[in-house]
Amino acid sequence: MTLLGKLTWQAFPLEEPLPLFSGLAVFLVLIAILVWVWRKGHVPYLWREWITSVDHKRIGIMYFMLGSVMLLRGFIDAIMMRTQQAIAFRAPGFLPPSHFDQVFSAHGTIMIFFVAMPFMIGLMNLIVPLQLGVRDVAFPTLNSVSFWLTAAGALLVNLSLLIGQFDRTGWLPYPPLSELRYSPGVGVDYYCWAIQISGIGTLMTGVNFVTTILKLRAPGMHYTRMPMFCWTALAANLLIVAAFPVLTATLGMLLLDRYVGFHFFTDTAGGNSMLFMNLIWAWGHPEVYILALPAFGIFSEVVSTFSSKPLFGYRSMIYATMAICIISFMVWLHHFFTMGAGATVNSIFGIASMIIAIPTGVKIFNWLFTMYGGTVRLRTPMLWAIGFMVSFTIGGMTGVLMAVPPADFQLHNSLFLVAHFHNVIISAVVFGAFAGYTYWFPKAFGFVLDERLGKWAFWLWNIGLWVAWGPGYIVGLEGMTRRLQSYDVAEWRPWLLVMAGGVVIILLGILAQIAQIVVSVRTRDRRRDLTGDPWDGRNLEWATSSPPPAFNFAALPNVADQEPYWDMKTRAREIGQLVRPEPRYEAILMPRNSPTGFVTAFFAVVTGFALIWHIWWLVILGLVGSYATFVVFAWRDHDEELIPAEEVARLDRANRAARTTRLQERMAERESQQESHE
Amino acid sequence: MPGLAAGDAAIDRKRSSATAGKVGLLLLALLVLSELGGCGRAQLQPAGPVSAAEREILYDSLAIMLAIVVPTILAILGVVWWYRPSNRRARRMPDFVYSGRVELVVWSIPALVVIFLGGIAWIGSHDLDPAKPLRSHHAPLDIQVVSLDWKWLFIYPKLGIASVNRLVVPAGVPLHLTLTSATVWNVFWVPQLGTMIYCMSGMADNLYLEASHRGVYYGESAMIDGDGFPDMHFNTHAVSRDRFDAWVQATRGSGPVLNEQTYRALLRQSVPPHPYTYRSVQPGLFADVVLLRLPPGHGPQGAVPGVHPIGGSNVHPAELK
Repeated sequence: MTLLGKLTWQAFPLEEPLPLFSGLAVFLVLIAILVWVWRKGHVPYLWREWITSVDHKRIGIMYFMLGSVMLLRGFIDAIMMRTQQAIAFRAPGFLPPSHFDQVFSAHGTIMIFFVAMPFMIGLMNLIVPLQLGVRDVAFPTLNSVSFWLTAAGALLVNLSLLIGQFDRTGWLPYPPLSELRYSPGVGVDYYCWAIQISGIGTLMTGVNFVTTILKLRAPGMHYTRMPMFCWTALAANLLIVAAFPVLTATLGMLLLDRYVGFHFFTDTAGGNSMLFMNLIWAWGHPEVYILALPAFGIFSEVVSTFSSKPLFGYRSMIYATMAICIISFMVWLHHFFTMGAGATVNSIFGIASMIIAIPTGVKIFNWLFTMYGGTVRLRTPMLWAIGFMVSFTIGGMTGVLMAVPPADFQLHNSLFLVAHFHNVIISAVVFGAFAGYTYWFPKAFGFVLDERLGKWAFWLWNIGLWVAWGPGYIVGLEGMTRRLQSYDVAEWRPWLLVMAGGVVIILLGILAQIAQIVVSVRTRDRRRDLTGDPWDGRNLEWATSSPPPAFNFAALPNVADQEPYWDMKTRAREIGQLVRPEPRYEAILMPRNSPTGFVTAFFAVVTGFALIWHIWWLVILGLVGSYATFVVFAWRDHDEELIPAEEVARLDRANRAARTTRLQERMAERESQQESHE
Repeated sequence: MPGLAAGDAAIDRKRSSATAGKVGLLLLALLVLSELGGCGRAQLQPAGPVSAAEREILYDSLAIMLAIVVPTILAILGVVWWYRPSNRRARRMPDFVYSGRVELVVWSIPALVVIFLGGIAWIGSHDLDPAKPLRSHHAPLDIQVVSLDWKWLFIYPKLGIASVNRLVVPAGVPLHLTLTSATVWNVFWVPQLGTMIYCMSGMADNLYLEASHRGVYYGESAMIDGDGFPDMHFNTHAVSRDRFDAWVQATRGSGPVLNEQTYRALLRQSVPPHPYTYRSVQPGLFADVVLLRLPPGHGPQGAVPGVHPIGGSNVHPAELK
């Protein structure tokens, strides 16, 4: 045993120019950014206001930024795969199998764990406490730990670019391929430890949000008065609490196989790889809904706001959400109908999978009836919602098609399947994230994003989705299996060329989004949202200023209805003044910032890296370090900070003044309109 | 085997463009496109009873769902357009938030579709159970399939011969495949014949297929199994009974013997440059593989652990051909 375990110079891809230079480029850019931040003197600000922040809004924004950066990383993988398959017809292409296999594994892992999850958890962080009318989540410091552990996992995945290699067995490392015998490299270990570390973060998020939603709500906010996004967040976090321990345990067993010679999944010495398949999908299928349900919640908010109507069939939507939440645990076997289970088992799981389509269909119809009879304003968030409804209906249909076992016998593991899940994940989760992003951006930053570029992004993404994955369905029906580094079937070629074109269109969409943020930031003074309610919203997040103060609400709102803010606003418009009189301002106690999350995550990265490379002394150091961090945090004396009443009053009065002005403008507009009608 | 390989291209091209336009719109338009494209290896151009039945189920399920999906999409777009802010003729109903009748319809439509499709799934799963023998006048031909790193081994136990990376079968005769893996998981899939199934070490699956017509059908592994994955495909030659018998005779006349020793050589990670055959097979070899009396493949042995293990063939298939 050497000092550095398995880590030697051979771990660096010195002889492979592509990974070497791409890895180096990423790290040089990263280091350049860090140096620039340090030289400009931004470090104290970042440390004080962001890195150590336990404010749910700041953490939500950081989650979203992590997701955005990782989206770019995952998208580069997508470009590489589409390019490879476009040129690797009877030719080796530019990626050898050993590299191509890492690219598709990294793409899937990153997109699910480090893009889709941070997007959804980020938006939940930003909005759920505001919608519930409370000051923070139940455990603010734990929330910060969750975020930083997720970031630690993302960092480990990216470290594999330069040091060693990543998993080559797909985004779910099926044994026996992922066992030591067939994957002796560190790739599977990078995967497992990155997911274990970020998985702990996700589980703590689940605990945090379930507690927040069940125990912390504004006075009068009964369950049947909660906004739909809170309901879907509750369902998703219940799923996290139930499902993520399964993931942790499953990968834990795989790690025991790999590190200490256990035989859970080896197919030899009594192990059975089918066990892994069942366990991983017992987590994996609920995971689909952990991502999709919050997106459904976002669409519910957006459709209702931009149709100027309450959500149609609110209670029906709650039943549908909870039905999906529960049934999602009963369908995992549909991921392997072709494993040779009997006809009865297959058809029961097939039918159970179809049953999930019922509440999902109900949701689509309820959004339709929410728009019906409303005034549908086609702002960017609403465009994403409509794009979702159209594309997701088709993607849902192809999903139900594969729930019919004999049809799946010909579609499983083909590009048809891959087209299906890109169709649903992009249209539901990614479009959902973008809808939420454009909808709540003004709440987070106090100004509205550029509409014109937002619409460009919407159309490019939508067209790109179908140009990239429409042909995927066809080529799947032509018998093309997934994950092919090269092929020699001439009929597949034209479709793969079209798919490569689709990825270029999506790239333009992403560029439009980058341009949108740049343009919007530069012209932010013209885009200010002074009232805190730029879209004529209906729920409590719009009842406070944009961005909200650290304490969210100067006085906790009293909720008497399903749409408390809409009611307040309607009454204010009737009487011509704000409904609630100025409260008696009091000092507010808020949790104090803490570096616990950052420090814990630092030690988690050290531990993970050391475990991957078998550097045992460093493992012990990392574990001791993170435990010490916990102990220091647990023994803290001073954990809250007082925001003085004058400060609360100053912030709230400014917002009240802006709202009063806006209200008066609105009354004047209406009067002049009435006069012109007369 | 003279003649077989040369026949590949000719038989491939002969396939007529199948009858399209059975179901309407959208996805179907895409399907139609792909059929008119004259693609040779699609599941939509079945060459056997199993794939034909599966295509039928695919079309039926799609038709049932499109009957709901297409009107729903049109309704979404129609409602968005009609209730635009500038439409003075639209009747606004800002308080229309609940209707028992609408709720009933909204829950019933998908429920009815699922009842319908559930029936198809139940009956279809039982009819097309991979392990269920096919109805035929002929006795099924037994074939044992072993997936290896990175090649397919087909053993004809009753005939005492074996073939690597080429499956030769008589057309019109049901095939009884027993499948296992001597390495990681694989999926055996011949799209034009139907049902794919996992090959797993230490276990054996049963699968019944049949090629109704003579032809060459593309077969592949549909499960990532390492660096040689893209090379792990084979052709299935469905030939007349006479030609099949002739092939069996010819095979028995030449080629190596498959016994424990030669099998161990097969276990090494490699991509054979050409398909080849064994003139005889040690009896019980397949059972030894399934019961792990013969060890599974070694994986990438000899590579430096942790650092870029060398894949099997460093030679690309394109260079081999």
